[in-house]
Amino acid sequence: MKGRIDNRPLEARKASPLLVSLSAVFLGIVAGAVLILLIGKNPITGYDRIIFGALSNVRRVGNTLGMATQLILIGLSVSFAFKTGLFNIGASGQMLMGGITGSILAYYLPYSMPRPLYLLVVIVASALVGALWGSISGFLKAKFNVHEVVSTIMLNWTAYWLVYDWIQRFIVDPTIVVKSKPIEDAHTLRADWLTDITNFSTLNYGFLIAIIACVVIWFILNKTTMGFRLKAVGSNRFCAEYAGIKVNRSIIISMTIAGALAGLAGLTYYCGYSNIMEMGKMPNEGFDGIAVALLGNCSPVGVFFSAIFFGCLKMGRGSLAATGIPTEIADTIIATIIYFTATSVILTNFWNARFKGSFTKKEEAMTLALEKQGRVGVDLASLTKDERKALVKEGMGLLKAKRQAEKAKEAK
Amino acid sequence: MSHVIEMIGIRKEFPGIVANDDITLRVEEGQIHAILGENGAGKSTLMSILFGLYKADRGVIKVRGKEVEINSPNDAFDLGIGMVHQHFQLVHNFTVAENIILGREGGFVYDIRTASRKIKEISDRYGLSIDPDMVIEDITVGMQQRVEILKMLYRDADILIFDEPTAVLTPQEIDELMQIMRNLAAEGKSIILITHKLEEIKAVAEKCTIIRRGKLIGVVDVAGTSVEEMAALMVGRPVSFKVDKEEARIGEPVLEIRDLNVLNNKNVLGVKDFSLTIHRGEIVGIAGVDGNGQSELVEAISGLRKVEGGQVVFLGKDITHASIQERNELGLGHIPEDRQKRGLILAEPLSTNFVIKEFYKEPYSKHGILNQDAIMEYGEKIIKRFDVRSGEGILSLAGKLSGGNQQKAIIGREVEADPDLLIAVQPTRGLDVGAIEFIHKELVSERDRGKAVLLVSFELDEIFNLSDRIAVMNAGRLIDIVDTKETDEHAVGLMMAGIKKEADSEGQN
Amino acid sequence: MEFLNVVYSIVPAAIAYTMPLLMGALGGLYSERSGVTNLCIEGLMLTGCFASATTIYLLQSAGVGFNLAIVIGIVVAMLAGGLLSILHAVAAINLKSNQVISGTAINMLATALTLFLAQTITGSGNVTILRGIIRSDVPLLSKIPLIGPLFFSRTYWTTWLCLAIWLVSFFLLYRTSFGLRLRACGEHPSAVASAGVDVHKMRYIGVILSGLLSGLGGACILVTYAGEYNSTSGINGLGFLAIAAMIFGQWKPLGILASTFFFGLCMTIANMGRVIPLFQSIPTGYLGLFPYVATLVALVASSRKSAAPLASGEPF
Repeated sequence: MKGRIDNRPLEARKASPLLVSLSAVFLGIVAGAVLILLIGKNPITGYDRIIFGALSNVRRVGNTLGMATQLILIGLSVSFAFKTGLFNIGASGQMLMGGITGSILAYYLPYSMPRPLYLLVVIVASALVGALWGSISGFLKAKFNVHEVVSTIMLNWTAYWLVYDWIQRFIVDPTIVVKSKPIEDAHTLRADWLTDITNFSTLNYGFLIAIIACVVIWFILNKTTMGFRLKAVGSNRFCAEYAGIKVNRSIIISMTIAGALAGLAGLTYYCGYSNIMEMGKMPNEGFDGIAVALLGNCSPVGVFFSAIFFGCLKMGRGSLAATGIPTEIADTIIATIIYFTATSVILTNFWNARFKGSFTKKEEAMTLALEKQGRVGVDLASLTKDERKALVKEGMGLLKAKRQAEKAKEAK
Repeated sequence: MSHVIEMIGIRKEFPGIVANDDITLRVEEGQIHAILGENGAGKSTLMSILFGLYKADRGVIKVRGKEVEINSPNDAFDLGIGMVHQHFQLVHNFTVAENIILGREGGFVYDIRTASRKIKEISDRYGLSIDPDMVIEDITVGMQQRVEILKMLYRDADILIFDEPTAVLTPQEIDELMQIMRNLAAEGKSIILITHKLEEIKAVAEKCTIIRRGKLIGVVDVAGTSVEEMAALMVGRPVSFKVDKEEARIGEPVLEIRDLNVLNNKNVLGVKDFSLTIHRGEIVGIAGVDGNGQSELVEAISGLRKVEGGQVVFLGKDITHASIQERNELGLGHIPEDRQKRGLILAEPLSTNFVIKEFYKEPYSKHGILNQDAIMEYGEKIIKRFDVRSGEGILSLAGKLSGGNQQKAIIGREVEADPDLLIAVQPTRGLDVGAIEFIHKELVSERDRGKAVLLVSFELDEIFNLSDRIAVMNAGRLIDIVDTKETDEHAVGLMMAGIKKEADSEGQN
Repeated sequence: MEFLNVVYSIVPAAIAYTMPLLMGALGGLYSERSGVTNLCIEGLMLTGCFASATTIYLLQSAGVGFNLAIVIGIVVAMLAGGLLSILHAVAAINLKSNQVISGTAINMLATALTLFLAQTITGSGNVTILRGIIRSDVPLLSKIPLIGPLFFSRTYWTTWLCLAIWLVSFFLLYRTSFGLRLRACGEHPSAVASAGVDVHKMRYIGVILSGLLSGLGGACILVTYAGEYNSTSGINGLGFLAIAAMIFGQWKPLGILASTFFFGLCMTIANMGRVIPLFQSIPTGYLGLFPYVATLVALVASSRKSAAPLASGEPF
């Protein structure tokens, strides 16, 4: 998409979403460091251990990507709903429902089934059940105007107790009682070649599913009429309604797709990463996905990278044990980052003010340089980039001299 | 005579715009002083500074000769300054008394009975006839305005600011308000009247300060200045508010509304047994005070609101229960009342906004895949034809445009789609004279091209200027349909209040 | 008589479950009535639960009197909730951020931070207090037949505190200038500003009150039925139940009292179902999900007429 921009007046740079996200990450890391200091530990050792734990060898990298898989899918789920103006904080429940579907199928489907067919069946089934779970919130919002944040939380806990019951009923490990029987390798998403190249890490086909999902979601949002509709509803539902777009239908579609993505995350988590389900455990990843989405500015590319970043935090923290820093520091950092993303106005204003300051300075320098060259009144916008660079270089010295002269004058 | 208010050299800047540039205002005691200016000229900003809602960047304010600092409405109250805002500052589910005492409750545990008694007294003294126990959402707009006046009087204000007070009133209510203002002035109150309506200034004001684009143009004696002279000072060039148009060539019916009944947001009938037929080549104006069912009527025609009973027939097809998209495809165009809420997606570029009703059709998409090139090309065409100005052309976010250009973009989108019926609701609200002229011209040219136009406006001047026929609405009912040439503002004003001519008034009461 | 015994055991338990919800919902009411959407009641309650648990645990282990420790613990819980709510106030009021996201961030922050601190303090992630509040009968009133055993026997004193706060809130909201201004802020803030009242200040008060009350609610969970801050289940979404109760109660104190009692009953059935003959055959999982499903049904039922403050969630 190229726009024709003719003779646009020169303007100061504006803070980009990427810069704002990186600033939020920076602040989150600083906040984490302060906390570590407060409990009397060394933050540098802490972060060093986290990086070590996440990335120090091929197996750890594999595990980090294995963890990032869920986060990518949940991040996409939250982002997709967000584009339609909905806040899906029910990914945990949708994930549980997708996970229990996959786990039950893994337990009961015959091993004689061809593997591609088996994979297809579990992928479709868990996506469908996740979609169904998500669509309930969409339906309640569209039909009864029940706030999706409240309804998704209620459905999280409903799923929590359903899964509690179903683990017990269908797939319980009789010796441990509170856990499901581990899924046999042949029925997980593990792939020999992925396991081999990453030295027996948790990396599995789920990562490929996540990448494909990124591409598909990007395509839907940016290239299709469906994406156009959903985004229109998200940006201004009143205008969308006026234009003839069916708002309620869009809300349900959006939550259904978000649910499907979270359902897939449940599959990759419980049937690819951990391969076991525990009774009475709400997966935290559903909430981490919110952080992933917000930090990634709700774009599939951003989600991909921010999920890998959070994957590092979540895997790396396992190596903190020796330092005496509680592993929950990772969650604290994640929560802080979300808070700073939520209040990104401050960050944006901060950067815009800085850019404005340096822009005014450059402008002044260029004008001084032009004056010196005897080219008074030349429109800066009409110059090429290189010309302007040269002018700034020349003018900065002049500006400094001018400032010093002014100071000297004031001192007198 | 002494100056009760002096604002000297006031400057106020907002990001990207100088709203007040070295403006001076002097108001004499016991006088009615008008401030005249177009929409966006900076009148309201100036008054907000006097009322303590904004802080001036520069300038001095003197009240009764003494220099003062006004940092909040409380300071203004303490100086005896009160204000009736253009948009009423009333809490809809509070009673009149609760609204009036808000902020001046007189104690942590307040005594509503004593307050009510005092309010009743003031109301009686000035003939405002307000019951302090009524809830705001149950009383008429005219009454709500009198509550605002009571609020000032309750606070013992003797300098009263009226910000565009007549925008929501019938001609008769306007007359009453003018009388109330004269009474107040006679009691020794000083009044500042902000308006862009010249007749009102002529009717009550003694002095008039004229502002244009944030700058002071001049102060005139109202008695010695003609309406035309004031208009020229306001706009900066001679203007005629009359719209040139040829005789209407009325064709076949386009829209037939039969016995329409529609519920409003309170779940009671907002439109009752309403029938109206609109033909090709005519502009039908709906006159009425805001809130008398116009919005519900338009929403029912455009499909945004469910119809309870009756029929809407468009080009011979029954569309009473058709979807919005079906109506759009049949050829119904709609310039909505709230251009920022309904008309545009402010956070999206113009290109998206231009195809918001068409994106699913070829060539803008095929098999569900968008065709950006076609979308861009279409947008460029509209921008060129309707002279929509913006910083970054087709890629500008709609929210970055000025109000006039936003409205041009909407009109461009609707007209370019070539509808058979164009519904325009308050199409010129808040715009300057240049944009108003442009929009009026477009509406008339649609009519001359044989389209039907339904105009809803609360500005009676606009209705009279543009319409070939006027349908008057009151409390959801059609009071009468009259030929513009055979009626006048007084007659329409009476009908807006629900009073029909004596000859056929048996339907009343 | 069998039936009456069941009622005698359910109702007092339901009242105990109701009080934390009542405080959370009342907190939400103050915030929403001032015009700020507050979805972080959960996090604020959790913080209150943790803060009181830690304080009481430390004090009780240090030999401070049990009851004194509990009183101090409750005060600390309120302060902690109030303090955390300021984060939301800054984001929502000054920075005009998305209030839903800010609330979610604070929920996550509360979960992570309390867990982090619990790990640091006890090393296990759980903080268990030695003793909660001892139930006691109200003199005289508990002797009244029927009502006595239902409402006045074996009660926690925090119940009376919560009910007193509810009563004071009623008075505060509808009889005082503070309440008039607060309610007006949630409906039409610019009207309040033009009447010379500082809207931001009112909204800060509303949000901080929600923090104080939610903190108290969290402490009530601890000192009455829970007895510990539990890292794995937290407070099980009670904060969101409180928000749902506020909506179901139509943003009115009386409605909230009724709806929180309804949810309290549901919680009782979920937790005590096993000992009630009528529900004995129902599996634990299904009993557990009952309150959440009941909430959804209640929200659907009350969707017809929403009395939400008009300006709630709108920055000013």
